[in-house]
Amino acid sequence: MIRLEQVSRKFGERTILTGVSGEIRKGEIFTIIGPSGQGKTTLLRLINMLDTPTEGSIFFDGISLHGSGDQATSLRRRMGMVFQIPASFHETVFENIAIGLKYRRISKDEIKRRVLEKLKEIGLEGYENRKAGTLSGGEMQRVSLARVMVTEPDLLLLDEPTANLDPVSTARIEDLIRLYNRKSGTTVIMSSHDLFQGQRLADRIAVMMEGRFIQTGETIDVFSHPCSAKVARFIGISNILQGRVIGIEDGILSIDVSGTVIHALGTADKEMVSVAIRPEDITLYNEPDGKMSARNVLYGKITGIKPFGIICHVMTTCGEITLAVQVTWQSVKEMNLKEGQEIILSFKAPSVHVMPLDEHETCRSW
Amino acid sequence: MDDIVSIFVTAFSLITTGNSDVWEITSRTLQVTFSSVLISTVISLPLGTAITFRNFRGKKTLINIIQTLYALPTVIVGLVCYMLLSRTGPLGYLGFLFTPNGMIFGQTILIIPIMTGLTIAALQAIPPTITDTIRSLGATRMQFLISHIREARFTIMAAVVIGFSRAISEVGAAIMIGGNIRGHTRVLTTAISLQTSMGNFELSLALGIILLGIALVINLFLGALQQR
Repeated sequence: MIRLEQVSRKFGERTILTGVSGEIRKGEIFTIIGPSGQGKTTLLRLINMLDTPTEGSIFFDGISLHGSGDQATSLRRRMGMVFQIPASFHETVFENIAIGLKYRRISKDEIKRRVLEKLKEIGLEGYENRKAGTLSGGEMQRVSLARVMVTEPDLLLLDEPTANLDPVSTARIEDLIRLYNRKSGTTVIMSSHDLFQGQRLADRIAVMMEGRFIQTGETIDVFSHPCSAKVARFIGISNILQGRVIGIEDGILSIDVSGTVIHALGTADKEMVSVAIRPEDITLYNEPDGKMSARNVLYGKITGIKPFGIICHVMTTCGEITLAVQVTWQSVKEMNLKEGQEIILSFKAPSVHVMPLDEHETCRSW
Repeated sequence: MDDIVSIFVTAFSLITTGNSDVWEITSRTLQVTFSSVLISTVISLPLGTAITFRNFRGKKTLINIIQTLYALPTVIVGLVCYMLLSRTGPLGYLGFLFTPNGMIFGQTILIIPIMTGLTIAALQAIPPTITDTIRSLGATRMQFLISHIREARFTIMAAVVIGFSRAISEVGAAIMIGGNIRGHTRVLTTAISLQTSMGNFELSLALGIILLGIALVINLFLGALQQR
């Protein structure tokens, strides 16, 4: 559907995109996640032809998005973009939704039929004569979604559509997007700085950092196999350490992390690596236990307990390294965990994810 | 004190009894002002739109000059128009001097800068989220312009009202180009100026109240439009 070839965009001296490449498939929800200010909006604007790349090309069904004038307009009419801040025209809700159809010279009756139907879909039936300026942020964002959906685009571009909304409005917008994608088969490219939103909605995810896709893949793959420490940190893995590979035996790597040896399942091309261990993959013991079959057993000390809603992270130090361990509040009580207490940590070799240390290397795409 | 009260009473009776002088002056004022606002609108809106959406060298300077001309003194307009329209001047053949047409000419020149400048400001004030949305929805160049202007319509209307207010309240150009000829080029402001100097405060006040009343009606009308 969309092919990106080494797309770059510079604004004066500032480089926003540095060679983005990738392919978005027909019918999928493709989510670009990454921290704010990494070029997600710029990329969506380039695809919508609101801006032109400094270098590289973008293809829409094989057609280069480089034209201007009528050709550009007809290509743009096959897409629809929803912006982070919804634009509300000084008109009624009806007029706000109808505007794209008017540009396409659709008949009045057809416009009325489609707009009223869409209003029903977004749960704003009866709002057609309201002034758009009187709507709440969430309602207005639904209107701007409807304004685009009503033109029946082949490609829907959503730039952080829920960034300024409360959780209830966010859930509504997400439902609308998912339903629309499933019903009409429209390809959706969406940006988000909320990785859980990415997880909830996306078929595939691209992680955008420093103006590039540093990892692209099926949502589950990206979340379970981050390709670099940066991605791992962004997707919320709090234990990221650096170490040196000192041995390999039966597919098990021995990695020296500041004097502590950690065993990991995997391969490493280079001697220096990053390792990520999810806090939920580590088990705590008060004293040595026969059940500790895991390959990694570390002795440490509790330095603090951080609450995370219904669970908490027990912060520990083992020699030179610091590890967070996820436990339930019930376990904290049962094990009588306290700051300063000696503790044993255990985790399996497959739970240790090894990544190259060089963060500038682009990951392979699936 | 009694004097002031009796002046007010006389002024109101002049308005309510339909003194023919008062209504003749008022209707001419409206004719002249509406004409100059109409002509100026026809010139200023396209001009302001063109300046906003075209990129050319000296655009900023031009906008600065237009903004400076907001403060164009009415007597300077009067002077320049007098020279242009006088029998020996370049536009003398029009025969506009000391006619209502000449006053319309002068007022049009007076308010074109402010109406053009405020049109530019109104169009530039449309936020990029709106312009991006218009383009993104697949508007052609012409549709883009129409939607953009439509979105700025209330501010542009305010620009027209400000032009109207400046035209109806000015006295310098009207008196120098029109000459304040009774029954021919006398308008509210020139009449007030003359009657005051002659000590006819009742008539001056009556005319002044009418002048303010017109301004009030126009602004209420605009306010009602914007409320809709």
